[in-house]
Amino acid sequence: MRYLPHTEADRRAMLAAIGVSSIDALFRDVPPGARLAGPIDLSLHMGEIEVERAIGAMADKNRHAGQMASFLGAGAYRHHVPSAVDHLIQRGEFLTSYTPYQPEVAQGTLQYLFEFQTQIALITGMEVANASMYDGATSCVEAVMMANRVTRRKKAILAGGLHPHYREVVETYGRYGGFTVAAGNPDPNGKEDLAKLIDGETSCVVVQNPSVFGHVRDLSALAAATAKAGALLIVVVTEIVSLGLVTPPGAMGADIVACEGQSLGNALNYGGPYVGLLATREKFVRQMPGRLIGETVDVDGKRGWVLTLSTREQHIRREKATSNICTNSGLCALAFTIHLSLLGEAGFTGLAQLNHARAVQLADKLGAVKGASVVNDSFFNEFTLRLKRPAAAVVDCLVHKGVLGGVPGGRLWPDRPELADLLLVATTETNSEVDMDLFARALAEVL
Amino acid sequence: MDKSRGRTGRTTAGGAAAEIRTESGHRGLQFEEPLIFEQGAEGRGGVDLPPAPKVAERLGGVRRKGPIGLPGLSEPQVIRHYTRLSQKNYAIDSGVYPLGSCTMKHNPRLNEKMARLPGFADLHPLQPMQTVQGALELIDRLAHWLKTLTGMPAVALSPGAGAHGEFCGMVTIRAALAARGETRRRVLVPESAHGTNPATAAACGFEVDSIPADARGRVDLAAFKAKLGPDIAAIMLTNPNTCGLFESDIVKIAEEIHRIGAYFYCDGANFNAIVGRVRPADLGIDAMHINLHKTFSTPHGGGGPGSGPVVLSAALAPYAPLPYIVHGADGFRLVETKEGKAQPFGRLKTFHGQMGMFIRALTYMLSHGADCLRAASGDAVLNANYVLARLKDVMTPAFDGTCMHEALFDDGFLKDTGVSTLDFAKAMIDEGFHPMTMYFPLVVHGALLIEPTESESKDALDVFIASLRSLAARAKAGEAEFFHAAPRLTPRRRLDETRAARQPVLRWRPPAPASQAAE
Repeated sequence: MRYLPHTEADRRAMLAAIGVSSIDALFRDVPPGARLAGPIDLSLHMGEIEVERAIGAMADKNRHAGQMASFLGAGAYRHHVPSAVDHLIQRGEFLTSYTPYQPEVAQGTLQYLFEFQTQIALITGMEVANASMYDGATSCVEAVMMANRVTRRKKAILAGGLHPHYREVVETYGRYGGFTVAAGNPDPNGKEDLAKLIDGETSCVVVQNPSVFGHVRDLSALAAATAKAGALLIVVVTEIVSLGLVTPPGAMGADIVACEGQSLGNALNYGGPYVGLLATREKFVRQMPGRLIGETVDVDGKRGWVLTLSTREQHIRREKATSNICTNSGLCALAFTIHLSLLGEAGFTGLAQLNHARAVQLADKLGAVKGASVVNDSFFNEFTLRLKRPAAAVVDCLVHKGVLGGVPGGRLWPDRPELADLLLVATTETNSEVDMDLFARALAEVL
Repeated sequence: MDKSRGRTGRTTAGGAAAEIRTESGHRGLQFEEPLIFEQGAEGRGGVDLPPAPKVAERLGGVRRKGPIGLPGLSEPQVIRHYTRLSQKNYAIDSGVYPLGSCTMKHNPRLNEKMARLPGFADLHPLQPMQTVQGALELIDRLAHWLKTLTGMPAVALSPGAGAHGEFCGMVTIRAALAARGETRRRVLVPESAHGTNPATAAACGFEVDSIPADARGRVDLAAFKAKLGPDIAAIMLTNPNTCGLFESDIVKIAEEIHRIGAYFYCDGANFNAIVGRVRPADLGIDAMHINLHKTFSTPHGGGGPGSGPVVLSAALAPYAPLPYIVHGADGFRLVETKEGKAQPFGRLKTFHGQMGMFIRALTYMLSHGADCLRAASGDAVLNANYVLARLKDVMTPAFDGTCMHEALFDDGFLKDTGVSTLDFAKAMIDEGFHPMTMYFPLVVHGALLIEPTESESKDALDVFIASLRSLAARAKAGEAEFFHAAPRLTPRRRLDETRAARQPVLRWRPPAPASQAAE
């Protein structure tokens, strides 16, 4: 077997050095009734050729986004990832290293994570960021629990414009972690007034910008109302590219920013792995979850980096830790930071402008289709269409015309029939004008 | 090889080489690499995009004002930057990485290739089901392998890593208790447990009750029995445990915990020791997470991403989280909301799990097959015992007898040498090895936990063992200063962690202009 180095002679020599007669003898602490005598009933080992065939056959059964005109968003976006990104992240020194517990031999990982933290702080307009979380929704719930610790309160108010999967994750942690969640109704018109829901028990208000329906809002007034009540404002961003063009949460008074970072550097991957981003004010850093990289010097006085403030973390604090998180999304963070390094200031803002301009074009084309109307007055690269019939069936029909035409309301809110005729449509730099015209034509035919 | 060089006791690197001063600061293949923020220039970039069409903006007036401050670099600069950074990292690809409890095994490159097939990598998580049948089939097949290898009837696939899996398993237990109308508060956790176990129990609203280890490094059965009562919800036990030992009383522990109506959560971080040889179901386990990034070779990637599926017993299966896959007349379907008799406890992640890791793990499983998964766990245990056997006369094993997949030593062999576990670990770096896990588990003084995995050849282990024997001899010979100065041959030497924590600098900031700095 190509991954196992030992020859039978090696095994015999090693067993002799140990002083046992067989490998099975090393399992003597296992209760006899639980020891399997032979292989489990599964297929036997295979070479690369056979494995590639078996896995490839399953891949071939899918119709992937690149084979169609794809307009899906709702928390995951199909962007162009520069070729350099995937080559660099596959360097074995990045791919096959672990958490930088020994900083002398992990300066590469530590330095890129320090750069990553800085980039996140810059684009969100916040003071500090951590070294990543699993994904946007887990980052969001960690932000809520962090706000609970900071304020010593236990009630989170969630905007109706928060992605429903994020809401569900927060509700799950609340139900079992002992905090209350009050969620606003999803209003596709984006007119909800969250300030009036804040009370003396409120630890935080969680609002997504752009919202799940695509609306872009100035959150300054909400930030002021939240601060006045002694609560924290948590801003969620599921499309990180928007920060190239939209006012960053930090500039609007956010206390914590929780984002999905998939859009930069990371493929769609059918939902994961992605990378959660978490940024906050410097004064809250000791209540932050996850790993943090800090600058320091070595014994020769040279600048270097280490994992720091680990007294917040589970391996030191155990049941008193700020979070149980251990493994995060290091390699996805690397892909993110390389992509953003390639973009730079001009590239990042240019990419955002391109995305927004394409969305404006698409909104005009689709809004002109009979039986479809654009709900939004503002958006970045994603907006909501109201259709004259349930969107799920429309989306199924569009597939046959070579279009992945957005995410139907019924998929995201299966328990809210009033949202079933909504279609969330996203566009990025990967959509050509030809794609957009195809979509508009197909939609007109289907409706 | 000039073996005398390292023994000169010099405090600087490599004899004559240390005296060479370079203008650039680079030293041959060791590059001093500035931060990207120190290399940027305005107007430069590494991506060419088409110009944005001219349109009337619809941003609702919420438009960014002023620059962000991101540096501009060309593609060759970016490639060189990250290439140089990569060269400052130790990795499995470079050498022996015996980090105990982390299972740093070889990461096959076929896995990477399969995960990048556009038929998987370019799938959006909310595509219509009819377009993703192959992806759902792959997830279902992975589930079949995980269930068969553990003997368990169900598996929840969405957790993003081991600790997330622990949360999933413990919440499932809370949901099952709630369905019985019970609110038991206490969870038993051995002192030797990984920190995530008590942190998870607390995050799920349980109180942690610690149980001691006995002189054999296993759960103290009498102390465990004394803790049992109607308020116990579960035990969280790692098996093989963090001392690298199989919990030989595990079946008794399961019987006792079930007798009081509680559940048995197993931390499966060390499943690599027993995969293909022991099915957790046969030990009486109700829930166990599996770290695909350990046992099933998905890359650790500098700290993630991981994947932590949780296998569940029939009693817990109805409470598994959303979403999950069912197989019906129309093929596979992802269930994203409550339906039928299932009572899902909720959702854990934005979408349905770490698909990229599922592909890698299944590729690994198909490559090994049932036969070579069994061979791999056998070799993992063989390698650990070989290291233990060859070092036990010069280092001090924490416990008598053979071990499972990792060998645990305490710092007894360093007593009165002036050399600590940390010093010893740092000296290993100069020998060209990644240190073992240090100071964990907490139940052993100055612990050194070595997990070689099945990926290491006998030749590689012999070199590793020779280095450790040599270092142990030098510690005993009174060369404490040599250890205190280690490592010497690395891009950076020991870093001031106290300073990092006391005056946290967590991001780069532009240097203040000279006029301001003078004020």
